[in-house]
Amino acid sequence: MRVLVCVKRVPAPGSRINITPDGLNVDTSHLGFTTSPHEECAVEEATQIVEQHGGSVTVLTVGPPEAEEQLRYAASVGGNDFVLVVNDTGEDWDPQRTSTAIVEAIIDLENDAGEYDLILFGNESADAGGYQIGIKVAVALGRPAVNGIKGIDISGNTLTARREVDSGYEVYTLQAPAVLGVKEGINLPRYPTMKGRLASKKAQIDRRDSSTPPGPQQKVRLHQPEETVTETQVLGNGADAAAAVVDLLADLGVL
Amino acid sequence: MPGLYVFIEHDQGSFSPASREALTAARKLGERLQEPVVATHIGKANPEFKALCEEYGVLEGVILEDPKLLDYGPELWGQAIADLLALRNPRVVLSIGTDRGNEVLAQASARTGIPFVANCVDVSYGQGWNLTRLQWGGSLLEDSAVDSPTIFLTYAHHSVDDVPTPAPTEAVIDAVELDLDPILSRTMIQDRVTLTEGTTLSTAAVVVSGGRGVGSSEGFACLEELAELLSGKVGCSRAVTNNGWRSHADQVGQTGTRIAPEIYIACGISGAIQHWVGAMASKNILAINTDPEANMVTKAGYAVIGDLHEVIPAVISEIRQRRGMGS
Ligand SMILES: Cc1cc2nc3c(=O)[nH]c(=O)nc-3n(C[C@H](O)[C@H](O)[C@H](O)COP(=O)(O)OP(=O)(O)OC[C@H]3O[C@@H](n4cnc5c(N)ncnc54)[C@H](O)[C@@H]3O)c2cc1C
Ligand SMILES: Nc1ncnc2c1ncn2[C@@H]1O[C@H](COP(=O)(O)O)[C@@H](O)[C@H]1O
Repeated sequence: MRVLVCVKRVPAPGSRINITPDGLNVDTSHLGFTTSPHEECAVEEATQIVEQHGGSVTVLTVGPPEAEEQLRYAASVGGNDFVLVVNDTGEDWDPQRTSTAIVEAIIDLENDAGEYDLILFGNESADAGGYQIGIKVAVALGRPAVNGIKGIDISGNTLTARREVDSGYEVYTLQAPAVLGVKEGINLPRYPTMKGRLASKKAQIDRRDSSTPPGPQQKVRLHQPEETVTETQVLGNGADAAAAVVDLLADLGVL
Repeated sequence: MPGLYVFIEHDQGSFSPASREALTAARKLGERLQEPVVATHIGKANPEFKALCEEYGVLEGVILEDPKLLDYGPELWGQAIADLLALRNPRVVLSIGTDRGNEVLAQASARTGIPFVANCVDVSYGQGWNLTRLQWGGSLLEDSAVDSPTIFLTYAHHSVDDVPTPAPTEAVIDAVELDLDPILSRTMIQDRVTLTEGTTLSTAAVVVSGGRGVGSSEGFACLEELAELLSGKVGCSRAVTNNGWRSHADQVGQTGTRIAPEIYIACGISGAIQHWVGAMASKNILAINTDPEANMVTKAGYAVIGDLHEVIPAVISEIRQRRGMGS
């Protein structure tokens, strides 16, 4: 199977997400960066598929030049080929622009080396959470797509995909070439080995530009949701607090 | 009259609570935009559809029918909305940002080129669309402007209170026969598997959750015991699932489950923002943590400062004692 995974570089904030003074971006001056969690699992899933069925994993991102870091991380845990579509505007692109840039890159890559049997996306990106890029890419390429996937079985060209619902799961069967949006929990991503880390330093990054124009949606500003300030009532220290805890449970009617 | 079309989610004919949120949101936005609201049902005629419209003061409904609409399928449903656009020229198509709501409108957007904005909490129009929407699963808000006469949008799930407003007159329900491309059936549901019946993490009245502070998968034994005594469920943080201590099905947060129990007991969890957004709908929060400055502690209504492996067993034995079960 030839598998392509689309990932996004996002900041990894702690207890609060701060915003830059112009209100347009997350203040990342004290933050590290990571790959959106659903997409980390997509990379792991692709790696497991290729370990089982043979093939190769290509990892693609649209992002700033620094997004190379996320591609190298993917290289340390399993990817084979890496594509960075450079966005040097300093701003996250709108969904139309991002999906068009991805489609253009895929068409190019497929012309050179053949079709991807499976394209994996995250269910939603961690920051923007637009819930649409994977679906837009699939429709543009004329391929079937299902989101929210927490299990994939492959037999020949048939992909059986499980989507979690409250009581259990729904089953979808798709024929390759297909597109799936996956959720964290589909697997437990591996950590990079020392060997993987060394290999990732040497990985070739295929850098591309995109001349796709902006779409109709424009971010005006970010702001914090209203916070309710709570006065914390400390019920006690250590085991001595037990009686006060059980009193509270009784008061709330859950005992 | 272009109108505001609200797409009503259902599973094999049964309406979800989200459809009630959708109707409430549509009625309010219809008033703001001074557009008539039309409820949209995808699939077979359903006698309960008309009653649902009337319960929410919606006087017009349309059923999009096609023999291929046997069950949910993102491409079938998305194309049905795309066809609706061609037939009725709506100004807005809206729904609720559930898995299906977001998926169907993303499909429809991809098929029509009409912009789609997911998980809005506020929508208005004045020289273009002005939307406030969730980023980071609700940890941040984004104001967005969209330059387009027509828009597809979802309201964030649980952001709209379900408020019925009975209609003064009967609703008029129309049916439209579509001719969907048979190839779109390729993503229709093939099967369903039921794993749990009854209480789930998202519906439990008590959730006892553990974080990295629990230390190991065995360390969860006392949390299990406390949850069982309180007829609750065990949850956890992402640090725990990443360590393989528990299954991801137990994870609370942005990329896990959103919970809303009567009380959330968070043990050894620091309260990172991505965890907090999954827990903040809890009515009460009790944090048990060795660190009095932990975010979970300062944000919680109640806290115990101490080692969870001392506090929880003491709480368990106190409960047993009060119930006359001995310890
Ligand atoms: C995009 C994104 C999405 C994410 N989604 C989620 C999500 O859905 N859910 C989620 O949980 N996280 C999520 N995270 C991860 C999140 O940022 C934190 O890393 C994670 O929640 C930390 O877990 P923790 O609180 O268990 O661990 P830590 O932050 O390490 O905290 C451990 C806590 O335990 C306390 N402690 C230690 N020992 C004891 C003891 N013996 N008794 C009592 N207290 C003790 C410590 O004081 C500390 O407060 C996400 C991150 C990103 C970037
Ligand atoms: N800049 C990007 N580069 C590559 N893939 C992306 C990018 N943004 C989003 N995606 C992919 O599209 C999915 C859905 O994103 P979104 O529509 O923003 O929720 C993500 O989980 C990623 O897999």
